[in-house]
Amino acid sequence: MTHRDSVTLPAPQMEIDHIGLSFGGVRALLSVTFNIYPGTIQAIIGPNGAGKTSLLNCISGLYRPQQGQIRFEGRNIIGMPPHQIARLGIARSFQNIELFRHMTVVDNLMLGRHIHMRSGIFSGGLYWGRAQREEVEHRAFVEQVIDLLEIQSIRKKMVGALSYGLQKRVELGRALAMNPRLLLLDEPMAGMNTEEKEDMARFILDINEEYGTTIVLIEHDMGVVMDISDRVAVLEFGQLIAYGTPAEVRSDPKVIDAYLGREHAMPRM
Amino acid sequence: MQSGTFHTTYASDVSLRPYWPQRIRIVIVLALALIFPWFADRYWLNLANTIAIAAIGAIGLNILVGYTGQISIGHGGFLAVGAYTAGMMAVHLGAPMWITIPVASLFTAAVGAFFGLPSLRLKGLYLAIATLASQEIIIWVLTHGKLLGIGESLSLPRASNNLFGLPLDRLGNNDFAFYWVCLVALILTVIFVSNLFRTRAGRAFVAIRDQDIAAQVIGVDLFRYKLLAFATSSFFAGLAGALTAHYRGIISWERFTIDTSILFLAMIIIGGLGSVSGSIYGAAFMTLLPAFLSNLARALSDVVPNINSYLPYMQQGAFGLAIILFLIFEPEGIVKMWRNIKDYFRLWPFSY
Repeated sequence: MTHRDSVTLPAPQMEIDHIGLSFGGVRALLSVTFNIYPGTIQAIIGPNGAGKTSLLNCISGLYRPQQGQIRFEGRNIIGMPPHQIARLGIARSFQNIELFRHMTVVDNLMLGRHIHMRSGIFSGGLYWGRAQREEVEHRAFVEQVIDLLEIQSIRKKMVGALSYGLQKRVELGRALAMNPRLLLLDEPMAGMNTEEKEDMARFILDINEEYGTTIVLIEHDMGVVMDISDRVAVLEFGQLIAYGTPAEVRSDPKVIDAYLGREHAMPRM
Repeated sequence: MQSGTFHTTYASDVSLRPYWPQRIRIVIVLALALIFPWFADRYWLNLANTIAIAAIGAIGLNILVGYTGQISIGHGGFLAVGAYTAGMMAVHLGAPMWITIPVASLFTAAVGAFFGLPSLRLKGLYLAIATLASQEIIIWVLTHGKLLGIGESLSLPRASNNLFGLPLDRLGNNDFAFYWVCLVALILTVIFVSNLFRTRAGRAFVAIRDQDIAAQVIGVDLFRYKLLAFATSSFFAGLAGALTAHYRGIISWERFTIDTSILFLAMIIIGGLGSVSGSIYGAAFMTLLPAFLSNLARALSDVVPNINSYLPYMQQGAFGLAIILFLIFEPEGIVKMWRNIKDYFRLWPFSY
């Protein structure tokens, strides 16, 4: 994996600019500022409760931060409803799987095509002309995603009946079916065994390389994070305490403090 | 040797009835439906028409409750809007039914979308109470409607039962003629709704039911689709109401009270939530059950005198009992029982 030199960085795809979010008296995010560069894989790490998921929720429009701006390709997206943010090309998966459990895998992925389709109640009900053509066209795209994620054998299964690891994969597939420019993954490998984690890491790298999709992932497995990310942002108690390449972040004393505790970082005599 | 059905195109893979036994079954059911009225007397034709109209209404309610997950106990009110719109057009404008029925359905869709506005803020039981309010508001308007020129009851001119210039009387008696109208309306409803739920908008409805937050994040506009669900659901309620108005010839608000709303909810729960065929089974069950009980009572009237005076209580008790038994033993409804039977025979003689 090539880590990009900080001198020759391209224009950022997303600028997270002094984001502040609080719930009543609880301050979840404090003036968080960093950039996300196109075509990279960026990780957000930090201890539990650091505000990682809150930050993703701000990006996808589920939370509305009180301060700051989030600019996607130059445009401020704070205040836009989630479905419009999705239309800009931002997709995400959730920490606790949020699939449509009573639908098949194919239907879940077809819902990922929702923003690219046009047919409405009337044309859909008549199933004539455009609606019919659209179903077949977008099904072909969905099949590409099914091939990429190697879930051919379960395409007609009800999602609720699948194992946890497969559900995580289907959820990634649904986000991917949106053909996003920015893909936000909230703990895509949580609760997986080593083999499943390796599969998932491979899929993430494949997506990044084949489609050129920018990927932001929250992950606790440091081995995976350091291996596949181009840049890492570290949050603690709602504040950004470090941001840089994996090597920079790994040797940052503040990060060592946050993860290992101060005493361990002090020289012992 | 080919050991299964293999699809070679996506178009064949997404077809509604991919297997030949299913197609043959459809043909048989349609053939029976075409033969039925020539042999049935008016009593059975009346039951069949009642079932068909109830099935259209139940499919409408299922779009909202079963597919989109928005609980509504205001369906009776929307049936009333359809019935009164058609009735007033027939009475005051002398409009024929082929105009009144589509207009009433569209108007009811608009009213439904309006009363669906609270669904943007409310979920579950809270929404149910808001729809209860819409039910009561509609009935209040009908009973105090002199201000708006609505009578409490309407009697439709016979001449309004006219399809594109063809008076329905020409086809035969009222029950026989309306059998065809109701059958065509039901078939069109079934086709439309089945198609709807294999395309984009229908999938968005189901997404809202299963996971509304995820639905938003993949780009489903909750505001728009919840209102569309209310509108589509109410469209079919309006259709059922308008058909009722023309078929019965007389309408009054008592036919559309909260009891009716709950009856329709019972139909889709017993038939199967989120299923078009389940809505039809539920409508048939809830229509045939009281008919069966009154026939039973007539048969027993020699043995048990006065049984007819208990009949209304027996019917209500049977409704309650049926709902409780279904909730306990087959919460997924008749449609699931039917599927179990089919699975049993498909795997026969093996039990796995």
